[in-house]
Amino acid sequence: MVDIAIVDYGMGNLRSVYQAVRKVAPDANVVVSGEAEVIASAKRVVFPGQGAAPDCMREIRERGLDKVIATTAAGGKPFLGICMGLQVLFEHSEEGDTPCLGIIPGQVTRFAHGLKDAQGRKLKVPHMGWNGVNHADHPLWEGIEQDERFYYVHSYYVQPLDKDIVQGTSDYPQPFVCAVSRGNLFAVQFHPEKSASAGLKLLKNFVNWNPV
Amino acid sequence: MLAKRIIPCMDVTAGRVVKGVSFVELRDAGDPVEIAKRYDEQGADELTFLDITASSDDRSIIFHIIEKVAEQVFIPLTVGGGVREVQDVRNLLNAGADKVSINTSAVVNPQLVADAAGRYGSQCIVVAIDAKQIAPGKWEVFTHGGRKATGLDAVEWAIKMQTLGAGEILLTSMDQDGQKKGFDLALTRAVTDALEIPVIASGGVGNLQHLADGVTQGGADAVLAASIFHFGEYTVQQAKQHMAQQGIEVRL
Repeated sequence: MVDIAIVDYGMGNLRSVYQAVRKVAPDANVVVSGEAEVIASAKRVVFPGQGAAPDCMREIRERGLDKVIATTAAGGKPFLGICMGLQVLFEHSEEGDTPCLGIIPGQVTRFAHGLKDAQGRKLKVPHMGWNGVNHADHPLWEGIEQDERFYYVHSYYVQPLDKDIVQGTSDYPQPFVCAVSRGNLFAVQFHPEKSASAGLKLLKNFVNWNPV
Repeated sequence: MLAKRIIPCMDVTAGRVVKGVSFVELRDAGDPVEIAKRYDEQGADELTFLDITASSDDRSIIFHIIEKVAEQVFIPLTVGGGVREVQDVRNLLNAGADKVSINTSAVVNPQLVADAAGRYGSQCIVVAIDAKQIAPGKWEVFTHGGRKATGLDAVEWAIKMQTLGAGEILLTSMDQDGQKKGFDLALTRAVTDALEIPVIASGGVGNLQHLADGVTQGGADAVLAASIFHFGEYTVQQAKQHMAQQGIEVRL
């Protein structure tokens, strides 16, 4: 019996995610898998991802994982998207003009060129490093303070049509959505697996989460 | 808002952390896994490991070290040194690195940067540039641990690396490295102003004010230091408090 499946579609380094999940769920059977049956049978699913949207979508489709991701994300079991695993849940990404999975209505947009902070200093893209998160009230944020910092590395951000699903924002320099949830689904732009104790706390909350 | 990052750097050879002065004279600083854990506890934002092993026989040691660190430390890990082909990038990522730093090989074969970024994403490709001042406001790229001049202009080279897909630049002043007199702020400023991707300033930190200067005067997005942390002069936490007192946003 698989307790937690980490979806492997050949994009990015899953070892970090695996290590962090093992750390917060030492007794769970955690597998990294690219097989639809294994993912479908798991009690919980983590959907990570790195790299560019066109490559991610091509790999997901070529490996025949789009259906199982859509069913799982829409179904009853806890589902955690991370980074590209958040972005490709949306309808469309500006990155390579890529149609995505369309599970969440909305677009993925690039940070504008020439961004500046309040003092007029240039802001770099990718948005890379530790930024504070203003979060809503959700079981996955339990024990995590407002403005706690998480580690990011991305050049694109999600723009959900339904603002009610927003669970967190960060500023760069304007607020952008960094976390969404809908029923059993929770997805974040930052990397909890690389966000020290705050990230481990969120992952721990995920492995203990029982959405109704 | 986004915090400026403090990155302790560990030069590793034969399974030990060492520190040299201007790329020579090595001094032992301890066990890499123990040191990594200590920096994590002190609040380091990332860790960088540079494998300076000369012999190819010893190259497997770094993989073992990264595996051990990645099991225990949950912050981004960058690994560089001896990365020559895309397969090297893959092996380091599989061992637990989050980013791979490419230096000499980027000059020898710039396509490697494009290929590695294309395959694994720009987010995990750091291009390390060792630069030496050759005239006022002009710096040249050196390779092979600083021994070989390339004739390349450091600022132009950094722009080219950004274009090929580097996600970040690790910029070391060879003039300042090991001297403990502070970063080459003019070099840092010239490169960071020319780029849209983040720049890590490196080489020359001797006190905490140097770290702050790298951000406020050099315009660096992150600052890297080795010996001031290795030999217990300062903790990462002290460095962050010092920077915060000067109005620099840090993760405390």
